[in-house]
Formats: sequence, structure tokens, C-alpha cells
Amino acid sequence: MKTRRRLGKRITFGVGITIAIAYFFPFFLVFVNSVKLKYDILANPLTLPVEITWDNFEQAFTKMNYFRALTNSLIITVLSVTLLIIFSSMLAYYLARTKNKTSKYIFLILVASMIVPFQALMIPFMARFAPLVSFNNRGALIFFYIGFGTALSTFLYHGFISTIPTEIDEAASIDGASDMVAFWRIIFPMMRPITATVAIINALWIWNDFLLPRLVLTEETQTLPLSTYLFYGTYTVEYGQAMAGLALAVIPIVIFYLVLQKQFISGISQGAVK
Amino acid sequence: MISARKTKKFLKFAGLPLAIFTIVLVVPFVNGFYYTFTDWDGFKTTKLVGFTNYADSFADPKFWTTLRFTTLFVIVSLILVNVVAFGLALIVTSKLRSRNILRTFFFVPNLIGGVVLGVIWQFIFNTALVTLANKYDWELFKESWLQDTNKAFWALIIVTVWQSSGYMMIVYITGLVSIENDVLEASQIDGASPLRTLFSIKIPLMAQAFTIALFLTLRAGFMAYDVNVALTDGGPFRTTELISLHIFQDAFLEGDFGTGQSKAVIMFLVVALAALVQVTISKRYEVQR
Repeated sequence: MKTRRRLGKRITFGVGITIAIAYFFPFFLVFVNSVKLKYDILANPLTLPVEITWDNFEQAFTKMNYFRALTNSLIITVLSVTLLIIFSSMLAYYLARTKNKTSKYIFLILVASMIVPFQALMIPFMARFAPLVSFNNRGALIFFYIGFGTALSTFLYHGFISTIPTEIDEAASIDGASDMVAFWRIIFPMMRPITATVAIINALWIWNDFLLPRLVLTEETQTLPLSTYLFYGTYTVEYGQAMAGLALAVIPIVIFYLVLQKQFISGISQGAVK
Repeated sequence: MISARKTKKFLKFAGLPLAIFTIVLVVPFVNGFYYTFTDWDGFKTTKLVGFTNYADSFADPKFWTTLRFTTLFVIVSLILVNVVAFGLALIVTSKLRSRNILRTFFFVPNLIGGVVLGVIWQFIFNTALVTLANKYDWELFKESWLQDTNKAFWALIIVTVWQSSGYMMIVYITGLVSIENDVLEASQIDGASPLRTLFSIKIPLMAQAFTIALFLTLRAGFMAYDVNVALTDGGPFRTTELISLHIFQDAFLEGDFGTGQSKAVIMFLVVALAALVQVTISKRYEVQR
């Protein structure tokens, strides 16, 4: 019985480790090839480099305009997520605490809207918002993210607020706190776990988004995914540079993940339960 | 008096977010729907044209290719992503000491956007595998998979499974750990085999996780765009175009706004219907606890 269980454990481990290696292998390829010379990549794409060169990184760095792209990605992600948290938590609080038909219908519309794929409104969307986009494309993009992110974020907050007893609001209002003060001083701090979930889910989406930035942003304001796409056309010639570019694009988010791994996992599972 | 205060509270808390939501989502949605019945050219409309745009959409043979390709893609990716993700979740919730490290590895592809992934895999399919195949004489990889419609389909599936199984794994982990221990102990005492426990106890008790994961993969399958652009960009000869890319090409490359938008509306209806059917069926299997 015991040996059988041990065998089962060994098999699980073997399967797990094999899949883990397979899952990681593409990243391994990127990193090894990013420091190889061109002929070395073509001759042995899967092996460790014969000779290490940092030229690829240097060139990719300038070509992508790495710091500019990184800064753009950071600005857009941080601002959009912060505003989404502020707006959707307030909206959810209102909808969860106001028990009437209007708020019920608003909530239903929000939930239903989650099924609408962006592609279904992409065309009229771009026609309508062209002036706004040419006025300030980063600002416009953030505005769009708030619009598209409101439904899911509000939904997540709504579920959480329903578990906070209304007595807390009442106590605050008896103590003379206004609605806003009661919300920001008392309710909002209690919602930390769900705020983490909302932040992580939205940050991952916005950081990696490609289609909307592709439609909206210009060269000066491009984000990391867009700047990686630069290598797409040219890269049959310059593999090394493309691999270095990919490595540069991947590193920030992987570091972020390794640091906040626990929050990531619990954030996504919280989001999934709702 | 009271109603004035109520209105004020509504405006303070809900006004701005609802206004943005309406401007960004509701207005273009309604607008887009209306445009499909007009001769809209991206700038102006002059008259109503009835169902002409829809008729044109369905008369386009490329649209049918796309619909077939997308349907197949959604079905195959839905099945494979969920089977793999559930398997990964089982590995990660077993008593292995290395389970946390494994979980980290399984999840990493999910952190990275479709375009970056697509470029990585394009290198693998176009360069790495082809080089090796010619060196060691592997028939299967001698020509790039991305140049052949059928093989490109499987390339898309492989990349999609690799990317999204980590996320769905988390959904399944959440389901698996939510099962109470005493239920599992009881089944062990009754002498149920691990396989029996899995199918008769665990899966029925975590049906909700399946509902969610299936819904998310269904939606993601229909909306897949990044991986498609970065891997094949629809080629060879627009035979590997998923619906998102097809709509994009129609509108922004060919300038067919009217048909492009009617295809988008058709896409919405298909997604909504598929999701509705899936959720209704899945819900039926959920056990009330």
C-alpha cells in the first residue's frame, strides 16, 4: 500500500517536472539566443551559447526605445488601475447599499456587458473617438480602460461589499461621518483583499493588452507589447535582437510576479470564485 | 427633500463611473448595431439599407472560412486547455513537496501577452524546429508549421494551451481546495479508489469551477487576437484568420466598415449564445452545498 502510494507520488512528480520544463523551455530559448551571435543561433538554436555577446541587448534597447516604452506601460497601467479601483469600488458600494430597482438594473447591465467582446464595438468605437484620441492618446487609452474595466471590477467589489454588515455604515453615520468619509475611512480599508484582486487582474490585462493600444497609441506613446511587435517584421534577419527585445519585455513582469506571487495566486482565485 | 439627497448620493458615488461606462461601452455598442443597417462608410451614413450588410457578410466565402476555423479553434482549445489545466491543478494540489515551484512554472506563460508569446513561438516554429529538423532529418518539422493551414491551426492551439492553462489551473485549484476534508476522508474510509474519488466526489463538488473555467476559455477562444496576429497573421492566404483578426482586416485594411461591423455583431450574437448555452448546461451539474 505504502510503496504503491510512493510510486504514485513519483509518477506525479515526473509528469509535473516534465511539463514544467516544457512550459519553461520557450523562455530558455529566448534567453540563450539573446546572447548568441547570429551564426550560432542559426547553427544551434537550442544549445547554450558558444560565445556570449551583449550587442543584441544594446541594439534592442535602442531600437525599442526601451525606457520610453517601459515608462509608457507603467504610466498607463498604474493610472488606469488606480482610477478603476476608485471608481468601481464607489459604484459597487452604491449599488450594493442602495436596494432599489434602479441599482438592480444597473448591476444587471454591468454584468451582461461583460459578455460583449471588444471586437463587437471596435469599429464604431474608433470612428467615434478619433478626435479624443488625437487630442491625447494616452489619456484616451486610460479613459477607455476605465470604461471597459468597470463592469468586472464593480462586480468583484459588489460581491465583497455584500459580506460587510450594514451596521458598520450605520455606526459611522451616527458618529456624524458623511457618506464619502464613511466609505473611504471605514469601508474601503476593509476591502483590501478584493482590492488586491481587482488590481492584479486589471494590471495583467492592461499591461499585456495589444489590440486597443495598437489602435490608439502613436510611436512616442507606445507600450512594451507594441515595441516588441517592431521585431515582428524585421526579425527574420535579426533573431538575436528580437530575442533580446523579448527578454527585455518579459523581465519586468516576471520579476513583479516572483515578488508578489502569493497575491497573484490568491488574487486570481478570489476573482474566479465570484 | 429625501429624493434630492438620494440623487446627490447617486451622483457622488455612481455618476462618474457610470458616465464613463456608458460613453465607452454602451454608446458604441448601440451605435454599432444601428450602423449595420445603414450605408455607413466609417464617417457618415446617408440611408438605411436593411439587411444588405448582413447578406454581404454571409456571401463572403472568406467569412465562412473564418467561421469554420474559429469554431474549430474554440472547441479544440476549450477542451485541451481545460483538460491540461485540470491535470495541472491535480498535480499542484497533490502532496508533492515541489508543488509550489511547479505552480510558479505553470503560471508564468500567463503573465506574458499574446504578442510577445507569438513572437517567441514564431521563432520556435520557423527557425528553431526547422533548423533541427533539417539537421536530424525529422520529416514533421522540415517545413515551418506556420506555412501550412492545418499545422498552423495546431500551432495556434499549442500556444493557446501553453498560455492559458496556467490561469485556468488556478481556477481549478480554487475549486479543489474548497472541497471539505471530511467528505474526502469519508470516501477514503469507504474504500473509494483515488480515481473513483476524483470522478464521484471531487469533480461533482467543484462543478462551479468548471462553469467558470469553461466560460472564460469559451470567451477567450472567440476573442483570440494577439496570438493569431503574432503567429500567422492570418496566413497563408487568409486561411488561419480567427474572427477577431478577420473583423480587424475587413474594417481597418479593406475599409469595409459596414460588413466589418455586421460581422462583429454576428460575432457578439454567437459569443452570447454559446456562453448562455454553456453556463445553463454547466449550472445543471453544480451541486448545492
